[in-house]
Amino acid sequence: MEQYINLFIRAIFIENLALSFFLGMCTFLAVSKKVKTAFGLGVAVIVVLGISVPVNNLIYHNILAPGALAWAGFPDADLNFLRFLTFIGVIAALVQILEMTLDKYVPALYNALGIFLPLITVNCAIFGGVAFMVERDYNFGESVVYGIGSGVGWCLAIVALAAVREKLKYADVPDGLRGLGATFMSVGLIGLGFMSFAGVSL
Amino acid sequence: MASVKEMKSVLFGPIFANNPIALQILGICSALAVTSKMSNTLVMCIALTVVVAFSNLFISIIRNHIPSSVRIIVMMTIIASLVIVVDEVLRAYAYEISRELSVFVGLIITNCIVMGRAEAYASKSTPFMSLLDGIGNGLGYSIVLLVVGFVRELFGSGSLFDVQIFQLASEGGWYEPVGLLLMPPSAFFIIGGFIWVLRTYRPEQVEPKE
Repeated sequence: MEQYINLFIRAIFIENLALSFFLGMCTFLAVSKKVKTAFGLGVAVIVVLGISVPVNNLIYHNILAPGALAWAGFPDADLNFLRFLTFIGVIAALVQILEMTLDKYVPALYNALGIFLPLITVNCAIFGGVAFMVERDYNFGESVVYGIGSGVGWCLAIVALAAVREKLKYADVPDGLRGLGATFMSVGLIGLGFMSFAGVSL
Repeated sequence: MASVKEMKSVLFGPIFANNPIALQILGICSALAVTSKMSNTLVMCIALTVVVAFSNLFISIIRNHIPSSVRIIVMMTIIASLVIVVDEVLRAYAYEISRELSVFVGLIITNCIVMGRAEAYASKSTPFMSLLDGIGNGLGYSIVLLVVGFVRELFGSGSLFDVQIFQLASEGGWYEPVGLLLMPPSAFFIIGGFIWVLRTYRPEQVEPKE
């Protein structure tokens, strides 16, 4: 239990996908003008990461990893080289299914997340989360915790940035720095703030 | 056939006039984390340029045969296959660097520059022009990354391509390295500064007041 809590905290604060690995930056910078939309996107990312990391974990350990096909009678098969193609396909399919399911059964949530869901397929944070899961060799339980934790961390980061940007509108920024430049600098400062969590362990 | 002038503008336009990172906010995702050393940065730049150039070329060749409803999936498949090739080549010939780049080579798949160029340019243009556009955008991305990598490695650890330029104080020299530059957030400050300099020289890129 303790290791799961530890992993959760690490995924949110110390190894924050957005601020220390720069993942999902395109959407991070493009959709962070308002706190409300930023929060919607953040929740969508939590949901998709929370589902796609464990699902890809199962697929990786049962089909793609070297020797994983032993249950089907191919103990020598190594499909490792197919992993990028598989992961991206699985993520795209999951997002599509999620979109249709929400549309059918939870229309309220669908309307709230609607426009963000398709964007998420090409969000590097999702793919990055999956790739880190494989690289660090998480088991199924850890991958569930890691998926949700890193999603929460990303959501937290984008909401924080959106809040800063809403206030930044009133600031008198030098011409060349207005907009994108100032946003980059604010992300850097938020990142520095998050770095103070480094070394915290439970 | 396109004129030489048009080819030049397609190839060199993305470097300063229409830089994918500084202006289009594309492709910042995966790459900033690899810029703390020049050698890693260079490998990443080459990998991305190769992928974006060839994905543009292939998508442009088959552009008239892809039904538009499934084009995203087709593009994804082409891009992912190219990235797999690049990844396997790196593992075979530059294992150390491929270790250090870890997941970031795979992340080229979701790099918005590749997808963005495929969608915005290659699906409407001839193969040769698309190839040029791909190389141009790859270079535009590379120049930002190389500038960031140069600043971070030179002032962060006093070396370039692992060759010591400044003698470090810890080894009896005079240079006290700026540790901050080796940490992830510093890349944001450097890119912010890069954008500032670029827009000072090209005032037409300045964003209007809200």
